Amino acid sequence: MIFPFVWRILPGPVPLKVLELLVLLAVIVYALFTWVFPWVAADILPPPDGTVDAPAPQ
Amino acid sequence: MTAHDTVPSRRPAREDPAHADGAERPPRRTRRRQTVGGALVSLLAELLIIAGAGTGLYVAWTAWWTDVVAVHEQTKLVDDLGQQVAPKVEGAEHRGEAPVLAEPPAVTDVFGTMQIPRFGADYVRPIGEGTDRERVLNTIGLGHYQDTAMPGAEGNFAVAGHRVTYGKPLNQIAELKDGDSVVVRVTDKAKDFDVWYVYKVTDSQIVTPDKIETIAPVPNQPGVEPTADDRWLTLTACHPMWSAKERFVTHAKLDYWMPVSEGTPKELSETPK
Repeated sequence: MIFPFVWRILPGPVPLKVLELLVLLAVIVYALFTWVFPWVAADILPPPDGTVDAPAPQ
Repeated sequence: MTAHDTVPSRRPAREDPAHADGAERPPRRTRRRQTVGGALVSLLAELLIIAGAGTGLYVAWTAWWTDVVAVHEQTKLVDDLGQQVAPKVEGAEHRGEAPVLAEPPAVTDVFGTMQIPRFGADYVRPIGEGTDRERVLNTIGLGHYQDTAMPGAEGNFAVAGHRVTYGKPLNQIAELKDGDSVVVRVTDKAKDFDVWYVYKVTDSQIVTPDKIETIAPVPNQPGVEPTADDRWLTLTACHPMWSAKERFVTHAKLDYWMPVSEGTPKELSETPK
């Protein structure tokens, strides 16, 4: 469903498609590492911070 | 009439290919039905693969990437502090009243470094003011509990740090043995202030996070006024690793201090047994 669709909309011959796919994955990972995961860590799953009497650390 | 004629004449024509294709058509239909039903299954499978990959990436980000970023940042902060290389001589060990830098006014002000020989000869981490998770613990690393004593002062110089993730400055806190050295260097170039403080570990305890008395001026004796003999350092980190359930707390007591211009504490060149 998703994967074949992505494969279909990538233009060009197969080697170019592979290259485009790698670039796409790199962009996704970059976005996750830069914006999504820091947000998850700060607002959803804060890691333990090691302070005593911290205002509700998790 | 013509319509009536054509209809029966077409029927056999229709039935014939139908009959001839009879063996092929049913598989085609079932294949289509599988595609409709299987579409949901394959969509679900793909979503699960994406969720799995995302979770795996999140773990990699927490356990590895935050360290890469934070160690890079913390190394830079140590450099920014502009600490000169100390003379390679064993200076005199001062045990009287120590010079004390005034507590920095702003959270995130970096005022010194910490070296713990037990954590490795190359272990040097910046100490920032405050214990704000985002601005201090996740970036600077070690955070000084506001309103606790400054290094060398009577009372308790209390410091928090991550035990995992974000550069994990206190990753090996449980390895500390009684008598181990914790060397703090406080530097303020504007005030021409540069002093070593050598603390020796006295005890470690595992407590619940609400035990604020562990960072009292006299550890675990809240309300007691510190004397000249009560110049403490306290490290707090999470325990067990990856959990916020408890805190690993280590206390150390000031052994001596030394102006950086006079030399380097011998503890920094010794390998802890």
